[in-house]
Amino acid sequence: MDLFYLLQIFVNWLIYSLFNLQQGSVLGEAINFFVYDSIKIFVLLAVIILIVSYIRTYLAPEKVKKILSKKFEVLGNMAASTIGIFTPFCSCSAVPLFIGFVESGVPLGVTFSYLIAAPLINEVAAVLLWGLFGWKIALLYIASGWIISVVAGVILGKMHLEKYVEDYVYKIKIKQDLKLQKKMQRERFSEAYQEVKLIIKKVFPYVLVGIAIGAFIHGYAPENFLTKIAGESNWFAVPIAVLIGVPLYSNAAGVIPIVSSLIEKGLPLGTALAFMMAVVALSLPEIIILRKVLKTRLLIIYVSIVTAGIIFTGYLFNWIL
Amino acid sequence: MKIKILGSGCRNCKVLEANTKRALEELKIKSDVEKVTDIARIMEYGVMSTPALVVNEKVVSYGRVLNPEEIKKILK
Repeated sequence: MDLFYLLQIFVNWLIYSLFNLQQGSVLGEAINFFVYDSIKIFVLLAVIILIVSYIRTYLAPEKVKKILSKKFEVLGNMAASTIGIFTPFCSCSAVPLFIGFVESGVPLGVTFSYLIAAPLINEVAAVLLWGLFGWKIALLYIASGWIISVVAGVILGKMHLEKYVEDYVYKIKIKQDLKLQKKMQRERFSEAYQEVKLIIKKVFPYVLVGIAIGAFIHGYAPENFLTKIAGESNWFAVPIAVLIGVPLYSNAAGVIPIVSSLIEKGLPLGTALAFMMAVVALSLPEIIILRKVLKTRLLIIYVSIVTAGIIFTGYLFNWIL
Repeated sequence: MKIKILGSGCRNCKVLEANTKRALEELKIKSDVEKVTDIARIMEYGVMSTPALVVNEKVVSYGRVLNPEEIKKILK
């Protein structure tokens, strides 16, 4: 039985009996959709973020750097992408991360695998996909994000682009070997709890607005109105969705609920997933910040490879699903 | 005592700076708090997650915003 079956019964009762909205009416359905989705998503968010943040206390970048500096190609890319699943990414930490990795001898391709996976595989996005599409789609998203990061990192590594990293990066010498902080279990839990509060507070308005717009589309937009313009027969819908998504700097929290209701109206799932991935993986502020450590040429190669990977994934999903 | 706050100027770095100053005040220690915002200099300490607290050229904490009580324990 679905874990959220009871919640649906409760919400039905709340909307149709307590607030006396007519079942089957457009307004009733839209509000029901909004209330049910919001509660479900926030419950999932709290639980998953707590677990991920707890695991994360074992994966401080200073420690990750030591693990990844063992210089295994491919295996290193896989490890980097896996660690990237659990680590968050804000554009403000990209530069210290990059320099720290390169400095301690992490291969460039492995560094890129991490840099791609960290934002691309985002736990808030995974939770929203789980809540709105089911766990299979969430897993599919994580798996394909992982594969994109590994493959893109391996390709970038094979291209030997070290000379296109800004020169000063190699000149920085770390003078002290940082002693890794030891943490008590109590501290780890308290950190994870703080993180849950912080993230929920941050994404809260986006999720609500996203779900509200989603609920509106769900209730009011005509059935299949997207099938014609963005349906599977339109082969360039995927690249266009991705190209719109790349510069966009929005958090997944707001985008996914909207996208989910667009899918009901005929947007193919692969196209939708590709759009969402483009939004989270690459953004204009991130690209501008990375320019501090990457020369333009490498930056372009990096963005192109990731974009190509996402477009490919979009086609693949449209084809297999 | 030489105290430095490492961080590229994000909000957390400012909070850490304020907390450190408060801890110093409460302990009645006179010391300047230097802010290091240059990324190359931050990296020299081996720190990747900011903000970090450096006391007498030793990194005592990184990637966390310590509260004044925690800072007092370290400074004592």
